[in-house]
Amino acid sequence: MRLGLSWLREYVDLPEGVSGADVEAALVGLGIEVDAVVDQRETIKGDLVVGRVLEIEELTEFKKPIRFCRLDIGRAEPQEVICGATNFAVGDLVPVILPGGVLPGGFEVGSRKTYGRMSHGMICSARELGLSDEHAGIIVLPADITAMPGDDARPVVGLDDVLFELEITPDRGYAMSVRGIGRELSHAFGVPFRDLGAVDAPGATETPAYPVIVEDTVGCDRFAARAVRGIDPNAPSPAWMTRRLTAAGIRTLGLAVDITNYLMLEYGQPMHAFDLAKLRGPLLVRRAHQGEKLTTLDGVARVLDAEDMVICATGLDAAVASSGVGGPISPPAVMGGETSEVAPDTVDVLFEAAHWDPVMVGRTARRHKLFSEAAKRWERGVDPALPLVALDRAVRLLVEYAGGATDGAVLDLDHVQPPASVTLDPGLPARHIGVPYTTERVIETLTEIGCTVAATATPDDALTVTPPTWRPDLTDPADLVEEVARLDGYDKVPSVLPIAPPGNGLTAQQRRRRSVARALAENGYVEVLSYPFVGPAALEALGIDEPAVRLANPISDEEPLLRTSLLPPLLATLRRNLGRGLRDVALYEMGLIFRPRPGAGAPPEMGVDRRPTDEQLAAADAVVPEQPWHVAVVLAGEVEPAGWWGEGRPASWADAVEAARIALDAAGVPADRVQIRNAEQMPWHPGRCAEIAVDGVVVGHAGELHPAAVAGLELPRRTSAMELDLDALPAADVTPGPRISTFPPALIDVALVVDAGVAAAEVERALVAGAGDLLEAVRLFDVYTSEQLGAGRKSLAYKLTFRAPDRTLTAQEAVAARDAAVAEASTRVGAVLRGA
Amino acid sequence: MTYRNDPYDPKQVALLDPEALEDAVAQAEKAFGAAADPDELTSVKHLHLGDRAPVSLARREIGALPPAAKSDAGKRVNQARAAIQSSFDARLAELEKLQAQRILAEERVDVTLPWDRRPRGARHPLTTLMERVGDLFVGMGYEIAEGPEVELEWANFDALNIPPDHPARGLMDTFHVDRPGLVLRTHTSPVQARTMLTRQPPIYVVVPGRVYRTDELDATHTPVFHQVEGLVVDEGITMAHLRGTLDHFARAMFGPEARTRWRPHYFPFTEPSAEFDVWFPAHRDGPQWVEWGGCGMVNPRVLRACGIDPDRYSGFAFGMGIERTLMVRHGVGDMRELVEGDARFSRAFGMEV
Repeated sequence: MRLGLSWLREYVDLPEGVSGADVEAALVGLGIEVDAVVDQRETIKGDLVVGRVLEIEELTEFKKPIRFCRLDIGRAEPQEVICGATNFAVGDLVPVILPGGVLPGGFEVGSRKTYGRMSHGMICSARELGLSDEHAGIIVLPADITAMPGDDARPVVGLDDVLFELEITPDRGYAMSVRGIGRELSHAFGVPFRDLGAVDAPGATETPAYPVIVEDTVGCDRFAARAVRGIDPNAPSPAWMTRRLTAAGIRTLGLAVDITNYLMLEYGQPMHAFDLAKLRGPLLVRRAHQGEKLTTLDGVARVLDAEDMVICATGLDAAVASSGVGGPISPPAVMGGETSEVAPDTVDVLFEAAHWDPVMVGRTARRHKLFSEAAKRWERGVDPALPLVALDRAVRLLVEYAGGATDGAVLDLDHVQPPASVTLDPGLPARHIGVPYTTERVIETLTEIGCTVAATATPDDALTVTPPTWRPDLTDPADLVEEVARLDGYDKVPSVLPIAPPGNGLTAQQRRRRSVARALAENGYVEVLSYPFVGPAALEALGIDEPAVRLANPISDEEPLLRTSLLPPLLATLRRNLGRGLRDVALYEMGLIFRPRPGAGAPPEMGVDRRPTDEQLAAADAVVPEQPWHVAVVLAGEVEPAGWWGEGRPASWADAVEAARIALDAAGVPADRVQIRNAEQMPWHPGRCAEIAVDGVVVGHAGELHPAAVAGLELPRRTSAMELDLDALPAADVTPGPRISTFPPALIDVALVVDAGVAAAEVERALVAGAGDLLEAVRLFDVYTSEQLGAGRKSLAYKLTFRAPDRTLTAQEAVAARDAAVAEASTRVGAVLRGA
Repeated sequence: MTYRNDPYDPKQVALLDPEALEDAVAQAEKAFGAAADPDELTSVKHLHLGDRAPVSLARREIGALPPAAKSDAGKRVNQARAAIQSSFDARLAELEKLQAQRILAEERVDVTLPWDRRPRGARHPLTTLMERVGDLFVGMGYEIAEGPEVELEWANFDALNIPPDHPARGLMDTFHVDRPGLVLRTHTSPVQARTMLTRQPPIYVVVPGRVYRTDELDATHTPVFHQVEGLVVDEGITMAHLRGTLDHFARAMFGPEARTRWRPHYFPFTEPSAEFDVWFPAHRDGPQWVEWGGCGMVNPRVLRACGIDPDRYSGFAFGMGIERTLMVRHGVGDMRELVEGDARFSRAFGMEV
């Protein structure tokens, strides 16, 4: 919303010398956001002066009339200017911009040769000065102005205002008007407010201005109208009105419509101007029939909903009416209808000013995507006391500028409920704000914003506060507390740090996530945060086929699903990195994945007047998709780069599996509770996929990606990945302290020959089980195959470290333990001691 | 005594001659001095201190001397031998020291050679910033609360005093799930509701997390972003406590000179409400006020919907964008850099912010 200071001054006596910046600061301090302050004087640069036409020479050799003019601009020599307009005569005063000046839009004016003459400047039209859309001729200034040739023309043409572009929060409908902003400024500057919206206006007459039946007084609790007949349809809108409308960004559309828009800006009361000649029969205000059709002013044929309200002309031709009795002519409040609107030939006008249900208007606006200036005001709340005042003003303006007459008949169907009073403990503002407001101060501020505060016996008695009609937002004591704090000034609230009771620190899950994240970062992985949106194409390429949560309104129709695995978006991030020329990339991500609840219906209806029951909450949460925390890594290129030390090492399945071990270790899962085995799981390579389990429960997979998946996503060969469900990991136990033996170890190497298909982990488990308590460590240091061993056989070489807690082991003891280990391996996996 | 009559041949005791002994010492010193390293020195040691060395042979000659001369000669031989030994020891120590120095010099390397065989990883600055905020408040006794990202409409809107037809719902640009009653949460505030539903005051929590709105990605918007929000519900909580908390938070994030400024605003879930700016002296474009977030006193309607007695308890809530905080604090000019996942961006921040 854009308003000028001059208009605001009609409502509030701002001190002289108040600058645009002062007003801006005052509005911001009261919660009215100021997006921009435009000083109109600065919209035109250079000299814009008043000139008197001394001489006009008509140049006739061109296709259109061109005038060569000599103007008195207060200098010794007349200014010579070429002009294409003809709506002025010798002796007229006109605005002239001199060479060096710049018009709105950056048009620079200079001295130049045009139509065979030198032109030193330009005589301006209203459009050229940004005043209105008027461009049929140049501006001829009124003869009675006091300005002399050569004087600054800005104040004369009305370019002397300061405009404020304002953003109004959804609770303050009243502030979407000159009246409302003026009231706020009166608070800020402590100056008197002239409420031109609360003046006496003629009330309903016995004979209505037009017969109207309101069928639904919930949707429309007030409907008022007045008529003016016999106007001059060609009468233009006065310049002061079009200037203000243009400044507000509203197009001028003829006097009657301009008046309604002007009064909407001034009072905040949206209005409508019907052409009486186009109405037939009484108007009926009712809910629309489902599927009823209506063409709105923007030329769009709209199908109405049973919740929308319409104004129907009951006598209107059935060809126009689409159904039912009488034709809908206007969906109220959001936009006018095509059939009934005033037109350039309208001579009889019916002004309507009503009051509509904000919820209904909001729904209609959203349903039909009609966020008009009127709808914005209705949705935020319009003062229901305004219609008669606005009508009276509209009628007087129309008669003044277009003639015609009103018969004095006033229609007013008023079902408005008076505002409900609010009981306020006068100590509440102080208790909630922390500023010691007195009861007097509370009453003072509330009275200032228009509330009626009933007198009380003692200062501690609860106050009965009746909000003004323009503040439907004031319904709770907290709303009144805000107004007290706001008018008194938020800057007066002191700064006091509250002391919280002792807390419990991070939860185990929170600590675990940090620990895992840090461990991965310390092992070379770079954290990224990808969008969780995925599309069928990526899922198909990866061979992931599981139910996913679907968005009704995704950002991209290509990606309407939420991830069930971190990998699809993370691999896209990997590809983006590779696409930017990075070659060796190791990324990790931690975040939620989304698993739909199959068969879940709608959550139960839950109110807000009290806490829902535990049963309701449980039923509602059973509908919410499962959203566990996952962690994933992806790797491509070399995990250790080549350098002056020699060759690099490409990332492989083994790095991905190790990433799982690193993550599990950081998560506090002991290595002996982790089982890793070969598995087949998309999107991994069937021969290079590790299934990761903890205590036998599968918690994730790691390895090299399937070549088809890699090719489908255009990733480098051998790209590897790991993903774990962090929330599936058991809670970390309290680790028992180890006993550290200080006796010397006994080291024995063994090489075991097993079938190639035997997993190293199996062999190791057997050795550990067989060796008993003396085994301190086992480490596989060589994997070997050869012809000598035979096809399908492999040799695994282990270094076994034996140590006793209480003595130095003898060679016999160590060898006996070694033999027991090998025997177990032989039993479990058929291992044969090599060279034996 | 027969030996008194032993013939005495001065030639047989030539080595005991003082000059000869002096010469032996001088020869030894010369030889030791000529040795270039401990090995060479050791290899000549026997020539001057071994069994066949002049001082050793001289000692044998003592027996040929008349008794009266033996003592004197013995003393001279011992002195000579001690001198040679001492010379050897000194030279050995000297050579060993030189050798050690030479080895150290020979083992010199170029320590500026790179050794980036294991490239470093990094955290994402949005995560570390959220952790940092969390740590600040945990240090003050708060706890970190969390909630789902696909959320009940009831928790995201209704419970927060945003009824279905409230204009604020239209402003929120919500992602709807194609199941009734579910949305991608548009703010972290539903966690407020979930926290109050599950525990009674005193409540002191912060809620960092991911939120969603249907904005297209550009330099200043992203459909997926992060917020952190604080909620305090306790007896006697005032707006002054809110200011104190925000000022403290501002100083922790933006330096000791940071402070906050409030502008009245509207949020359905707080009343009174304010937007707040922070004074940031180290802004890359010079010291200035920066829009930071929204705050207010928890609307009693919200307390009631969550089962907390608004007549006994009051509370405050505040929230701000993590992306915005990071962009301002670190002078990041384009939102896209935060969301595209370019490894170079995370690496620039390392492990902490």
